[in-house]
Amino acid sequence: MKIAVCVKHVPEGHSRIDPASKRLDRSGEGALNHFDANAVEEALRLKGDADTEVVVVTVGPAKAADSLRKALAMGADRAVLVSDEAAAGSDLVATSAILAKTLERENADLVLFGQQASDADGAVLWAAVAERLRRPVVSQAAELTLSDGSLRVKRQTEFGYDVIESPLPAVVAVSDAINEPRYPSLKGIMGAKKKPFDTLSLADVGVDASQAGDAGSKTEVLSLGEPPSRGDARKIEDSGGSAAQAIVDFLAEKRVL
Amino acid sequence: MSVLVFVEHHGDELQKGSLGVLAKAATLGDDTVAALLVGGGVRALASEVGSYGAGRVYVLESDELEPPTPQPRVDAIAKLVQEHGFENVLFANSVLAADIAAALAARLDAGLNWDLTDITSDFVGKRPALQDSIVVDVGWRTTPRLALFRAGSFDAAATSNGEPHVEDVTVDFEEHSRAAKVVSQEQEQAGGPSIEDADIIVAGGRGLGAPENFTLAEELARALGGAVGATRAVVDAGWYPYAAQIGQTGKVVSPKLYVALGISGAIQHKVGMQSSNVIVAINKDPNAPIFEFSDLGVVGDVHEIVPKLTELVQQRKAS
Repeated sequence: MKIAVCVKHVPEGHSRIDPASKRLDRSGEGALNHFDANAVEEALRLKGDADTEVVVVTVGPAKAADSLRKALAMGADRAVLVSDEAAAGSDLVATSAILAKTLERENADLVLFGQQASDADGAVLWAAVAERLRRPVVSQAAELTLSDGSLRVKRQTEFGYDVIESPLPAVVAVSDAINEPRYPSLKGIMGAKKKPFDTLSLADVGVDASQAGDAGSKTEVLSLGEPPSRGDARKIEDSGGSAAQAIVDFLAEKRVL
Repeated sequence: MSVLVFVEHHGDELQKGSLGVLAKAATLGDDTVAALLVGGGVRALASEVGSYGAGRVYVLESDELEPPTPQPRVDAIAKLVQEHGFENVLFANSVLAADIAAALAARLDAGLNWDLTDITSDFVGKRPALQDSIVVDVGWRTTPRLALFRAGSFDAAATSNGEPHVEDVTVDFEEHSRAAKVVSQEQEQAGGPSIEDADIIVAGGRGLGAPENFTLAEELARALGGAVGATRAVVDAGWYPYAAQIGQTGKVVSPKLYVALGISGAIQHKVGMQSSNVIVAINKDPNAPIFEFSDLGVVGDVHEIVPKLTELVQQRKAS
């Protein structure tokens, strides 16, 4: 059995958009998107002691190797980084095409995603990738079990829970309620350095540069504007409950009291 | 500029977010707005969809498709786009709609912009980014344009249109589309007043400290005449029922007043309440993200402030 986990390397700390490229500034330090740690953890839990390979996959700059190494340190077996200048600035359509081509090479029984990216708040990639792979997809998995060529997911929705069953191979996006990701041990961190690590170009995975990056994208950022207005937002400090009166005055002023 | 809106329903109830997007769609160009309903018993909802602005309602009536799986819906929308050449397909965000929109983008090689709060008549999308510190104008280079709107972006508005033209849709499904099946559903029922229709919501998070402290939220809600909401963290911890959960996997609300007690304002919670008219937050952590999108932020202890606040509200209402 083989489980592929798709992860993202996201900027750490206060992020900014580069006004020239209108892209998220990825020049600073980065880290494994913490929602993806849940997906890595779930893959490791499903692996247990069984003869299952867990491969972590990302598309990103060379520095994204740091995030893959963290996943290896947690216990994943192998890493694949697709890194190519021509891939920078890919939108959903382009990113899903690159990732799907990469995953086709892996031919995993199960592909896992985390529930969203903490940088762009994107929470849609898995469905696009599943469609390209022509595989069933289930998102918001709060529980995941595998048995005999199929999976069972307890999925959280706006209205409660759905229990969904699907044959494998399949694509699942896990919610962050599914588990508590482990921290890599010192042994894990040392061991990660010896694990197989492939760095691939777009050509290696069979994606034409015209399908990737800006050239392959169907959406674009036109301009960066002002922050959405919350009018005259105020912040006060309480002292012994004194703020209660200030809140009442504020509510009266806003005519909600 | 032909527009198709995917209209989501739950049981026999149309989702407010979808109806809001219909209202917005009606302002985009002169063409009749089309809507799609998929599921069991949806034909009965078509007339109501018409009253919210759809001139044409496509109906894929099927009990088998009533459970909310995205992929069969992708097949249906892809077929409508291919047959009728819709240039725009709009969705109100939900767990289901996000998956449909993204899969459709891959199927049609079409651009999807998501988390939009508005769209102009020349099809420029408005998207808050970086924890809403900035609004980005986004565009599409090709058609169809796919757009996923934040919940609560638009108010639903009933129009005086006559009965819509209703048309049945038949779809040949892709092999992988119906492989995932919903085998059971658990729906939790609300105990107190419904948070979806409440004008005022008092919501509690981890910062309340203990489950019994939800009485602080309940008493303030009662004084204000509102309902009680909760974050996923406290629902997961068993402090409060799931029916009160606000956020990405809970209810999406846009009341006139939202009072957040001991809520840090994680993105998953924020997406469920950020379009509230007035947001007041009390939290003892001055760096809590919730202060970045509150109209009034109070740095302090809920246990000291809320009982006094409840008392003052009661006095004011009594006078």
